[in-house]
Amino acid sequence: MNFSSFADFIAMGNHGVYVWTSYGISLAVLILNVVLPVLARRRYLQDEARRLRREESK
Amino acid sequence: MNWTWFHKLGSPKWFYEISGRWLPWLAWAAVLLVSVGVIWGLAFAPEDYQQGNSFRIIYIHVPAAFLAQSIYVMLALAGVVGLVWKMKLADVALQQAAPIGAWMTFIALLTGAVWGKPTWGAWWVWDARLTSMLILLFLYFGIIALGQAISNRDSASKACAVLAIVGVVNIPIIKYSVEWWNTLHQPATFKVTEKPAMPVEMWLPLLVMVIGFYCFFTVVLLMRMRLEVLRRESRASWVKNEVKALVGNNS
Amino acid sequence: MSSVFTLLLARETRLLFRRPAELANPLVFFAIVIALFPLAVGPETQLLQTISPGLVWVAALLAVLLSLDGLFRSDFEDGSLEQWVVSPHPLALLVLAKVLAHWAFSGLALVLLAPLLGLMLGLPIGTIPVLLISLLLGTPILSLLGAVGAALTVGLKRGGLLLALLILPLYIPVLILGSGALQAALQGLPAVGHLLWLASLTALAVTLTPFAIAAGLKISVGE
Repeated sequence: MNFSSFADFIAMGNHGVYVWTSYGISLAVLILNVVLPVLARRRYLQDEARRLRREESK
Repeated sequence: MNWTWFHKLGSPKWFYEISGRWLPWLAWAAVLLVSVGVIWGLAFAPEDYQQGNSFRIIYIHVPAAFLAQSIYVMLALAGVVGLVWKMKLADVALQQAAPIGAWMTFIALLTGAVWGKPTWGAWWVWDARLTSMLILLFLYFGIIALGQAISNRDSASKACAVLAIVGVVNIPIIKYSVEWWNTLHQPATFKVTEKPAMPVEMWLPLLVMVIGFYCFFTVVLLMRMRLEVLRRESRASWVKNEVKALVGNNS
Repeated sequence: MSSVFTLLLARETRLLFRRPAELANPLVFFAIVIALFPLAVGPETQLLQTISPGLVWVAALLAVLLSLDGLFRSDFEDGSLEQWVVSPHPLALLVLAKVLAHWAFSGLALVLLAPLLGLMLGLPIGTIPVLLISLLLGTPILSLLGAVGAALTVGLKRGGLLLALLILPLYIPVLILGSGALQAALQGLPAVGHLLWLASLTALAVTLTPFAIAAGLKISVGE
């Protein structure tokens, strides 16, 4: 461990703002990249389910 | 040499099955590597003697920048495969990888800018590397815009392939000219990532992060490609069965 | 083979001269953009002289881009492009003739107009040859690269803005080398290195881009 306390870890020697904003935004972008395809897949499957039901009821 | 695997790659059904088997493993590898790399890089790696703790941004900046550049090369390779062997999956890969590449370029630019503030004292410096990254972002925008503007799916992917190939031929020229421009206009600035010797404790987590980012890219690309394959092949019987099974599970 | 090339050159020339306004528009645009800058940044000769290399080059780049939007449009609409694609002659050669004809009138006119505007911006007489040579070497690259974008977007309804988005990033090396040559000349340094690099890029563009243009046209026509 390079830091003596948790407060030290958060402060990052006065550079905390820069380190944590870049890690935070990057993490958000990575998560967005995973969530978007998952949501798109779910929406597509829901659309398909509706279409199949309509075809069956015909 | 046996080339059947190559032709198998062209079959959407085969791709869908095999990628479904790989996906969980790759996803776990990506999560594991990225979290190990982040914790290692943030908490355990020693701080830089000149830049202090702000250098820890390197653990996302460099993997994202690597990935951004290799994704563009991958686009061009997929373009060549799609144009020469008329492989449909290559078209799918090209179109689905481009947005991920643009996001990675964005991460590299953003972290570069944030890193620049404590290092250079300004959010944006017209540094050769940052400038090339910005141009790369524009190149990605061009490919995405062209793909969306052409309504016919076949011609859209072919046009994107041509553009990606033209772009990849241009990238080295752009890179060298920008570097040259930079040396002409600025006194040699303090180089951030080029240090004579980076100690092992510093570059090992970086290596973990780079591999983790590549795994992450593969996972997201496969997810996007699988959905696109389902959409494009929606008339094929195996897709109908697959969708029915998936829908049955969901409801 | 070469007879097709000259025939096509002659045809393009005739067509271009029937619509002189289209030839003049990029030139007027070039002049207006350059005239806008002294009005925006102030008329001090010193300042204008320092920024003039970049200014002339950016204006030239935009003017060429603007003129390229319609490069293949009329041929696409009246079906000549389809004839080209199915003709026995290599398409790359045909498009090279087409782009060269286009450059010989719009690009060359731009090169000839540039010294006048350069002098208005306060460029010393001694730098004018470098300005001329750099534009002479650089504008063919701009035309050829732009033609790749024009070929890819010819079938689209509003291709103009998209063309700019696709092509402007690819113009950056030419911009750097061209304005770099002029800047070197302005500071009294030799500009030969820049010009040689530009020349090699021109050679590269003349040999490689026709194939990309041909591929782009085939895609656009096939749609």
